[in-house]
Amino acid sequence: MVKVAIVQFPGSNCDLDALEILQKTIKVPTDLVWHKDLKQDHYDAYVLPGGFSYGDYLRAGAIAATSPSLETVREATDNGKPVLGICNGFQILVEAGILPGAVLRNAGLRFVCKWTRLRIESIKTPFTRIAKMGQTLRIPIAHNEGRYFLDNDQLAELEKNEQVVLRYVDENSTPTADSNPNGSLDNIAAICNIDGNVMGLMPHPERASLPILSPENHPEGRIIFDSMIKTLEGEG
Amino acid sequence: MSPASFTVEVVVENKPLARDPEGETIHHNLIMKGGYAQVTNVRAGKLLRMNVEARSPEDAKQLVRKLCDDLRIYNPASHICQVRVLS
Repeated sequence: MVKVAIVQFPGSNCDLDALEILQKTIKVPTDLVWHKDLKQDHYDAYVLPGGFSYGDYLRAGAIAATSPSLETVREATDNGKPVLGICNGFQILVEAGILPGAVLRNAGLRFVCKWTRLRIESIKTPFTRIAKMGQTLRIPIAHNEGRYFLDNDQLAELEKNEQVVLRYVDENSTPTADSNPNGSLDNIAAICNIDGNVMGLMPHPERASLPILSPENHPEGRIIFDSMIKTLEGEG
Repeated sequence: MSPASFTVEVVVENKPLARDPEGETIHHNLIMKGGYAQVTNVRAGKLLRMNVEARSPEDAKQLVRKLCDDLRIYNPASHICQVRVLS
């Protein structure tokens, strides 16, 4: 039986939302695990939820990235298990060096909380395997530090290795400056590691996984979790 | 030589390629608007001031440089980090 861990840090606040979707909606056994208690890689997949771990002090995610639990996450990464970092979870994975680049303060210097449209740029990850290339998803963002940044030469590597997974786009499915909510390089909303088993994204799919919370009752964020679980169950 | 106390400052700022909207806003909306056209650029950053016990200013600087690198006080993907000894 597949089992998922949601890793809680001091300041995580989207852990219960992710639990609601995984355990109650998709009905996959899921544990909330306090970061200090995550000592061994006993789970099939890991979710690092959104929030404001350690008050975003120094940099968002920088202090949680030094938690020993990240060594377990790194081990799971090396073992090819799916690891999903949502918002602050993405920031933590970047700060831990598990994902490349940096997530800087929004270009507009404001906290941005809004629905965004995202285009699927890669279906090689366990989180997008059941999606179609170019498909768009409506998923909300809520962050102050979401501007993805990378050096030019590293960006070329990222593109070459098909590590850009989601881009912010407009209603015509085009990545424009207006559809970029935070000044992210090349409208990047989600990236993965080279092997594709670790993905970090700024949008919150757990907030778009129930019809009642989603535009026109279409829970388009669920595809991320469904894809992960179907991959684990061997159907992806 | 017995250890003395040194004040060491660490300045973390975005790499030149990474836009700094805070610095740009301070420049355009405060400094330029306030009539100080001689100021041509502003970069905002973060400053950490540490008191360090060391045998010499060089040792203090070296220690702080090492801790900045080891503990990722800055993110090398997006930041440059300067270390300087004040006293």
